[in-house]
Amino acid sequence: MRFLPLTDADRADMLKAVGAKSVDDLFCDVPAAARQSGPLPLPRGLGEMEVERRLSVMAGRNLAASDVPCFLGAGAYRHHVPAAIDQLLTRGEFLTAYTPYQPEVSQGTLQYLFEFQTQVAMITGMEVANASLYDGATACAEAALMSARVTKRAKVLMSGNVHPHYREVTATQAKFTHLEVEALAPDPFGLEDLIGRLDGETACVIVQLPGFFGHLKDYSALAKACQEQGALLVVAVTEPVALGAVKPPGEMGADIVVGDGASLGVGLNFGGPGLGLVAVKEKYVRQMPGRLIGETADADGKRGWVLTLSTREQHIRREKATSNICTNSGLCALAFSMHMTFLGEAGFTKLAKLNHARAVQLAERLAQVKGVKILPSAFFNEFAVQLSKPAVQVVEALASKRILGGVPVSRLYPSWPEMENLMLIAVTETVSDEDMNALIEGLSEVLS
Amino acid sequence: MSLESHTGNRGLVIEEPLIFEQGEPQRSAVDLPDVPDVPGRLGGLERQGTIGLPGLAEPECVRHYTRLSQKNFGIDSGFYPLGSCTMKHNPRLSEKAARLNGFANIHPLQPETTVQGALEAVSLLGQWLMDLTGMSAVAMSPAAGAHGELCGLMAIRAALEDKGDARQIVLVPESAHGTNPATAALCGYQVVSIPANEKGRVDVAALKAKLDGKVAALMLTNPNTCGLFESEILEIASAVKAAGAYFYCDGANFNAIVGRVKVADLGIDCMHINLHKTFSTPHGGGGPGAGPVVLSKRLKAYAPVPFVRQGEGGLELVEHGLGEAAKSFGRMKGFHGQFGVMIRALAYILSMGGNGLYQASSDAVLNANYLLARLSAELTPSFPGPCMHEALFDDRFLKDTGVTTLDFAKAMIDEGFHPMTMYFPLVVHGALLMEPTESESKQTLDIYVETLLSLARKAKAGGAAEDFKAAPRMTPRRRLDETRAARAPVLRWKQA
Repeated sequence: MRFLPLTDADRADMLKAVGAKSVDDLFCDVPAAARQSGPLPLPRGLGEMEVERRLSVMAGRNLAASDVPCFLGAGAYRHHVPAAIDQLLTRGEFLTAYTPYQPEVSQGTLQYLFEFQTQVAMITGMEVANASLYDGATACAEAALMSARVTKRAKVLMSGNVHPHYREVTATQAKFTHLEVEALAPDPFGLEDLIGRLDGETACVIVQLPGFFGHLKDYSALAKACQEQGALLVVAVTEPVALGAVKPPGEMGADIVVGDGASLGVGLNFGGPGLGLVAVKEKYVRQMPGRLIGETADADGKRGWVLTLSTREQHIRREKATSNICTNSGLCALAFSMHMTFLGEAGFTKLAKLNHARAVQLAERLAQVKGVKILPSAFFNEFAVQLSKPAVQVVEALASKRILGGVPVSRLYPSWPEMENLMLIAVTETVSDEDMNALIEGLSEVLS
Repeated sequence: MSLESHTGNRGLVIEEPLIFEQGEPQRSAVDLPDVPDVPGRLGGLERQGTIGLPGLAEPECVRHYTRLSQKNFGIDSGFYPLGSCTMKHNPRLSEKAARLNGFANIHPLQPETTVQGALEAVSLLGQWLMDLTGMSAVAMSPAAGAHGELCGLMAIRAALEDKGDARQIVLVPESAHGTNPATAALCGYQVVSIPANEKGRVDVAALKAKLDGKVAALMLTNPNTCGLFESEILEIASAVKAAGAYFYCDGANFNAIVGRVKVADLGIDCMHINLHKTFSTPHGGGGPGAGPVVLSKRLKAYAPVPFVRQGEGGLELVEHGLGEAAKSFGRMKGFHGQFGVMIRALAYILSMGGNGLYQASSDAVLNANYLLARLSAELTPSFPGPCMHEALFDDRFLKDTGVTTLDFAKAMIDEGFHPMTMYFPLVVHGALLMEPTESESKQTLDIYVETLLSLARKAKAGGAAEDFKAAPRMTPRRRLDETRAARAPVLRWKQA
């Protein structure tokens, strides 16, 4: 077996050194009743060539979004990732290291995470960010818990413009803690009133920018109202590229920003792994979940980085920790950070403008298609449309033409009949003119 | 000769400033098409002012990250015996597999008919995890070990509440990972700690004394964090069951027992499996991982969504707590879990096969016992062997030497080894927990053993404390001031 260096001679020598007759003897503490008898019910191991062949067949049974016109978003966006990033990401010193518990031999990881924290803080307009959580949905639940710790209140007001998975994961977490989530109905027309629902018991309001249905809203007035009631404003961002063009949550007065960074560097991967982002006002940093990297100096006075404020974390505080998280999304944070570094200020802002302009172009053309109504007036690179037919049917008909035309909202909200004809359409820089033509043509046919 | 140079560089060890201290905003390593000239529809929310990001050209970016990588120690660099983390070799075929176009470039919300291969991959991996453990069900969406723990406890609490049997307490041995009590708290439970006995196992009498109608679950790591198999586990399981509670097994150390122990026969109700440990997906500087949970029949109905099922026209995703999933405790992760990590684990299992997995756990345990036996010549083992996949020592051998576990670990770095886990588990003093995994050759282990024995002799000979405290000397940075970092936290770069 190619991964196992021990030879039978080694094993025999080692058993002798241990003073055991066989490896079986080393398992003497396992009760006889629980020992595996006979071989495992799994196939025998395969060589590289055979494994690759088998998995290639499996992968080939999927329709890759990169091979067809793709307009899918709803929390996962296809962007072009520079070739150098994946090459650098697989350097073994990054790929095969673990959490930087020994800072003297982990300055690479620590420095890129410090740079990542800075980048996330900058684009969200916040003061500090952590070194990542699992994904946007779990980060959203963590933000609700964090708000409850900060305010010592339990009520979470959840906007109908937040991604349904973020809503569901937060609701799941609430079932098992003292959190009470008031989830407003899904809000495709962007009409909900949040300020009127705030009161002195609200721990936080959670909104999304751009909204799940695409709406762009300024949450400054909401932030102010939150502040007056002693509640926190949590802003979720599922598409961080938007922050290259759109006023960031920090400038609106957000207390906590959460989101998913998979748009940058990480790629689609069927939606996982994601990259949970959390950025907060500095005064809340000690209530923050997850790892944090801080600057310090070494014994020679040279600048270096370490894991810091660990007294918030499970390995020190156990049941009193701010979260149970241990493994996070380190390598995804590196991919994100690299992509951001490659883009730089000029590239990031241009990428955002390009996404927006392409989305506007498509929206203008779609507005001419009979049976399509675009819902948001202001949007970034994604918008909900109301169709003259059920969206699931339309999406399937388009898929049979090898067009990934959009996400039917009913897939995420199956219990809401009024969502049946709604579809989300996202446009990134990867969408070509030909792709747009194909969608317009396909939709015109399907809806006629 | 002084080690100081004009640049601060030392040969291959090159000082690298932060990206924010390099470049200029106009530069970029990405050439994008021109932005079409259309009227914007941002509704007056255009971002004003600059963000503050630096701009670097591609050669500068590549050099930056290459240099940073050179300041890191990974499994690829050398022996990484970090106990409880299972730092085994990460096959590159798994990386290649995860990057196949049909896996890497599929969207989570494509129509199910267009992702049958992906659903097959998730389903096959899940099936194999059940086969390896003998358990009845599997939840594939948890993102990491701690997330898997949360999944298991949520299923347990949902099952209890379904029976109208609200309970308040989760029992956690004091040797447990910190994630266990933190998870119990996150699931709304009160944590009661169970002491260890003199053999490094759960004190069964103390456990039984605490098992009453208020106890929802026991969380037990097996093999435990002392590297030992909980030999009284069957008795523990029946006591837990008799008390109407559930048995959560933390499977962080599953690598020791794959193919050797039939997990279902231990009497447990659920167990998470860290794909980034046992199934060799890269740790990536702290993630991403994956923590699928295998469940017993009595917890199956409460497992989270989504899951894959066989439908009439092919594989389907059950994404909502409706119909057959009506008792599911809900969703705990966006989309469908850590798909990219699952593909890597699948590639690994295909490579190893049942025979290879059995040999791997056998070699992992043999390697650990070899370290335990040979290092006992100078170091102090906390418990008599045999051990499972990791060997635990405490700091009695350093008594009166002035050298601490930390100093000893830092001296190992100068010798080219990543240190073991230090000061964990908490049940022994100054713990040194070593997990060699099956990836190491006897030759590597012998060099490691000789090095540690020589360091131990040096410490015991006396007068070496200052030397140890000055370690490491040859690393990109020497010991870092953690107190200073926490006292006035600097968590981001700022323009001076």
